[in-house]
Amino acid sequence: MSLLSIDNLSVSVEEKQILKNLTFQVNKGETHVLMGPNGAGKSTLGNAIMGNPAYHIDGGSIFFQDEDLLAKPVNERAKAGIFMSFQNPIEVPGITLSNFIRSALEQKTGQRIRIFQFKKELEKAMEVLQMDPSYAERDLNVGFSGGEKKKAEILQLLMLKPSLAILDETDSGLDVDAVRTVSRGILEYQKDKDSALIIITHSTGILSSLHVDHTHILVDGEIVANGDGSLVDEINRDGFARYEHN
Amino acid sequence: MATEDKTYVEDIDRSLYDFRFENKDAYKVDEGLTPEIVKTISDEKKDPAWMREFRLHSLDIYNQTQMPDWGPSIEGLNMNNIVTYVRPNTKMHADWEEVPEEIKDTFEKLGIPQAERESLAGVGAQFDSELVYHNVKEEVAAQGIIYTDLESALHGPYADMIHDHFMKLVPPTDHKFAALHGAVWSGGSFVYVPPGVSVEIPLQSYFRLNAPGAGQFEHTLIIVDEGAYLHFIEGCSAPKYNVANLHAGCVELFVGKNATLRYSTIENWSKNMYNLNTKRARVEEGGKVEWVSGSFGSHVSYLYPMSVLAGKGSRSEFTSVTFAGKGQNLDTGCKVVHNAPQTSSVVNTRSISKSGGISTFRSSVVVTKNAPESKSAVSCQSLMLDTISRSDTIPAMDIRTSKADIGHEARIGRISDDAIFYLMSRGIAEDDARAMIVSGFADNVGKELPLEYAIEMNNLIRLEMKGAIG
Repeated sequence: MSLLSIDNLSVSVEEKQILKNLTFQVNKGETHVLMGPNGAGKSTLGNAIMGNPAYHIDGGSIFFQDEDLLAKPVNERAKAGIFMSFQNPIEVPGITLSNFIRSALEQKTGQRIRIFQFKKELEKAMEVLQMDPSYAERDLNVGFSGGEKKKAEILQLLMLKPSLAILDETDSGLDVDAVRTVSRGILEYQKDKDSALIIITHSTGILSSLHVDHTHILVDGEIVANGDGSLVDEINRDGFARYEHN
Repeated sequence: MATEDKTYVEDIDRSLYDFRFENKDAYKVDEGLTPEIVKTISDEKKDPAWMREFRLHSLDIYNQTQMPDWGPSIEGLNMNNIVTYVRPNTKMHADWEEVPEEIKDTFEKLGIPQAERESLAGVGAQFDSELVYHNVKEEVAAQGIIYTDLESALHGPYADMIHDHFMKLVPPTDHKFAALHGAVWSGGSFVYVPPGVSVEIPLQSYFRLNAPGAGQFEHTLIIVDEGAYLHFIEGCSAPKYNVANLHAGCVELFVGKNATLRYSTIENWSKNMYNLNTKRARVEEGGKVEWVSGSFGSHVSYLYPMSVLAGKGSRSEFTSVTFAGKGQNLDTGCKVVHNAPQTSSVVNTRSISKSGGISTFRSSVVVTKNAPESKSAVSCQSLMLDTISRSDTIPAMDIRTSKADIGHEARIGRISDDAIFYLMSRGIAEDDARAMIVSGFADNVGKELPLEYAIEMNNLIRLEMKGAIG
């Protein structure tokens, strides 16, 4: 049984069709990379899986652990084990990063989280990401730099431990050092052998230190090529031109 | 999608707050307001002669003054239907054990003894128009701080001090309801902090109304002497009745030279209440007043705390949040008068409107020619939770010196779908996500309040948000 099964999915945004009859599967523990030029529909796929109401499902299906995902509201999808790191995380004043992660965990588990244990885990995860511990007590994303916001996303990933994580352009706008740190966080997540990943990116920097099982090239709303990790190297060398003229 | 399953709920479940008891023994005066009634009140209070005259004089002014016609409608208010004075059949109690069971139970539900246990400084709780429970922790009294009900203070060693300050900041001529207050005021607190004394723990009082048609006219008089510090917390909650209820309290704060007074309020009136409250502070040289205010509930509110910056270098900070839901018209704001050099004021307000609620923010900043090198920064933000609610901002500035630094900014917004999506993507339900964002919006006040009050405010917001239009 596959973890995520997308069948003939068509998605539109503001009446404009973006994804066309996409079919795609992710198994437990696999790392998939979704590459393609700007505007190809990569982020649309992530948003459709997560359930962003701005993205309209025109046809097809998404099943997650054999359950119809499209019938679930966004928070139920998260509770089922899906996580998406945002390209532009929202600033939420009035709730600290630490308290936010704790309420998310409580929603997910339906149980009160023990504060001592939680703080310890949070500190550990922040250390992996080389985040200053003071960020835990700052309001969620408020006044964070671009890099800090991305790290805070990966911190949530490490704390929430989803079974499928979608990383939407997590590397965009980051300098080399920050990319390295974020990669370290992703490696940490991959340590659990059941953790599956969909990495959406248009560059390859973030992938250099990660193991990749499958690569998909998305152009104009369709998957035009599938391959293993070596496809990343090819794109790195030749770009998307070959596929765009397909 | 989840949003399509949402239902529209007329009113939130206020059963937590709308409890009351039959109060059979209480004494009531005739409905409607006459000199005889005012005299009866005065007799009951055993007023000193000057206070009796003050009441009757105020009644004259009341009868000669027009109803305000510039704000939300108060046509639903008929003074002839308001029983102005209701007193539970009990005397002052310094010992919690002696408070009648019924009244005690009400306070238990409101968490007063809880707060007491948690070593808060003193509780002066008002039940109807009379103080029934009053206790100041020994350590506070030992510092020479006076915290008592205003009636007994009128006869004690501080009688002259009250005579010199009572309704000097808010004279009965100020407006019709100030005159009414002057005539029928009853209950309230008197606090005096001697020079140089810093009160470490906040003093708090809890007011509520508990009789059909009873108005509440409590008077709070606080004097913080030179170099002293005090944090005073006023919390209000009232049960709900069908008869229009009126609250016309008055707060007068005197902040001495280099003294600081923080005055925090969480008001949570039931939604038939006309809340026409007047609050004012006078600040001497180098002194500072800090207003922290959360306004919830009530049918109509007129509430504009005012700071008079009378001494050189005096300061005022005003931080507030107002939440107007269905059927509510909350007209709030603040006024600052800069009347000395190098004075400064900061105004930071948030208003939230939902389900057709109307929230209006009025600010008035006056800088006289006596106040060169003064500064004022006004910032107000509004959040409208749907398309049928309304939010207005009416800033006024009157600057009579060229050497002043004045700023104003206003923002009106809605909750973005992206923000809801973001929070939901972490497993948080839509209602909770909205409440989280609204609580965050109100955090300017939340983070200024002591923890248990901040939690209470967040709970209120959560309650108000339940059943929101999705």
